[in-house]
Amino acid sequence: MNKVLTRIYFTLIAIFLAAPIVVVAGVSVNEKQSLNFPPQGFSLAWYGAIFTDAGWRSALFASLILALTAAALAVAIALPLAWFLWRRLAPWAQIFQLLGIAPFTLPPVITALGLLTFWATTGFYGQPWTAVISHAIFFVTLPLVTLSLGFSAIDRSLVEAASTMGADDRTIFRTVVLPLIMPYLVSGYAFAFVLSLNEYIVAYMTVGFTMETLPIKIFNALRYGYTPVMASVTVLFVLMAALIFGLVARFGDLPKLLGANAADDK
Amino acid sequence: MRREPPKTALDYAPLAFPAGMLILFFVVPFATMIAVSFFKRDPAGFYSTAFVFDNYARFISTFFAGVLGFSLMLAIAVAVVCVSLGLPFTYLLARMSRKAQVVWLVALLSILSLSEVIIGFAWSTLFSRTAGITNLLVIIGLMEKPVALMPNFGAVLTGMVYQALPYTVLVLYPALVRLDPTLTEAARTLGASPIKAFFTVVVPALRNTLIATLIMVFIFALGSYLLPQILGRPSHWTLSVLITDQAIYQSNMPFAAAMAVFLVLVTLGMVALTLLIGRKGEAA
Repeated sequence: MNKVLTRIYFTLIAIFLAAPIVVVAGVSVNEKQSLNFPPQGFSLAWYGAIFTDAGWRSALFASLILALTAAALAVAIALPLAWFLWRRLAPWAQIFQLLGIAPFTLPPVITALGLLTFWATTGFYGQPWTAVISHAIFFVTLPLVTLSLGFSAIDRSLVEAASTMGADDRTIFRTVVLPLIMPYLVSGYAFAFVLSLNEYIVAYMTVGFTMETLPIKIFNALRYGYTPVMASVTVLFVLMAALIFGLVARFGDLPKLLGANAADDK
Repeated sequence: MRREPPKTALDYAPLAFPAGMLILFFVVPFATMIAVSFFKRDPAGFYSTAFVFDNYARFISTFFAGVLGFSLMLAIAVAVVCVSLGLPFTYLLARMSRKAQVVWLVALLSILSLSEVIIGFAWSTLFSRTAGITNLLVIIGLMEKPVALMPNFGAVLTGMVYQALPYTVLVLYPALVRLDPTLTEAARTLGASPIKAFFTVVVPALRNTLIATLIMVFIFALGSYLLPQILGRPSHWTLSVLITDQAIYQSNMPFAAAMAVFLVLVTLGMVALTLLIGRKGEAA
């Protein structure tokens, strides 16, 4: 396609994608407690407020702890499952892979409501740890997909060699398989972490009234009047996501993780 | 090393934890939700055990049928806009240098991970009178004074396209990046213009991918619940909003569950219908 047209098209898409973030970043440095764009004056006070204001700080920590633990649990569920499917010939076990992908493919409100009725019925509704399990189940798809991709990329003859040399399954896993899939494991964790950090409906339906994560806090703040802190939190989160995915790209082959062929065959 | 069928109980051990977690915390909650959809609402607590169809009967009223119709229409509109914008974009992106691709992918992933709350907040700021785009138009001199561009349908649609576009591109990406470049080269050698080659060679070769992408974006958009609330009027509320509302604010879990079950059925129905149309087209 025409080079100039392509450039215009990409620029327009870039403007569309960047516009909200640019405006929010502008609003976040406003001097006054109001949403003005272009910003009036320049102040980083609203960034400070994330850490000094008790409400925002506790929401930030709640979100971080939830995302760190939920992503870890998601990986703990996905890793043995992906390994089993790769190592063993058991077609019926694929059903668990489908179960791992289903929560993420349905409209999220359905998974959220299922978990809500479950926690309410069992009497655990509102406990912080229920949010961890709920997020882990909701996001298990991400490490499951990246890890399955990682396993399928392993050269089976390598494992064969180790086996011929007398290594047992456990040793092979530790010395051969684990190092090979580590990048996929890390990126699966990163994906689940970033999405959990920003997730609203599942967290809201499971612990919304007992624990305030940042997205819940922002939504509640939206209802009762805007404050520039929302804008600074937004910018902080976008930067955090860009940093994490940037690191994944820096240390791994991002296009390959997203389904392209390996870099060298292009 | 070949894959061997599991023989001893110990071979099944790795499966125990994942299978247990998925059954206990996904299958059982899903079944609970279906069961609750037949229960009766209990004003004192959550619900009381029963077997009634009231919740479904109530749902099949004109009001909820209208909401369902609007939700489906909105999701279809979002899917069509996203695929029409995202397909040429992804096609061109897949032909760029690896480095440029990585930059775009990181940007797309960062936007994809934005919470719906944050997207809603950002666009409501952009559409507002005090901090919005119209201020820019005033500065350029195209407008007299800034105006608010929301709440309305256009604002809801824009917000949802913004949310779903990165997702669309990432779903299309694997197929397009692996697309055989000789296909279009052949068409070009035979004298087709780039645009004609795109529509006569690339689009038909990607038929199934396109159908699958439309379905996925459709389901993704169907799940949107905050953007219609933040950027639209109550008349723009989707089924997801009503489900949340019934479950949390009206404490009517059985009714919310019935709507959720219905939403699953409609989703699966739409998927089946699209696949059917896709297959028919293939046979023709």
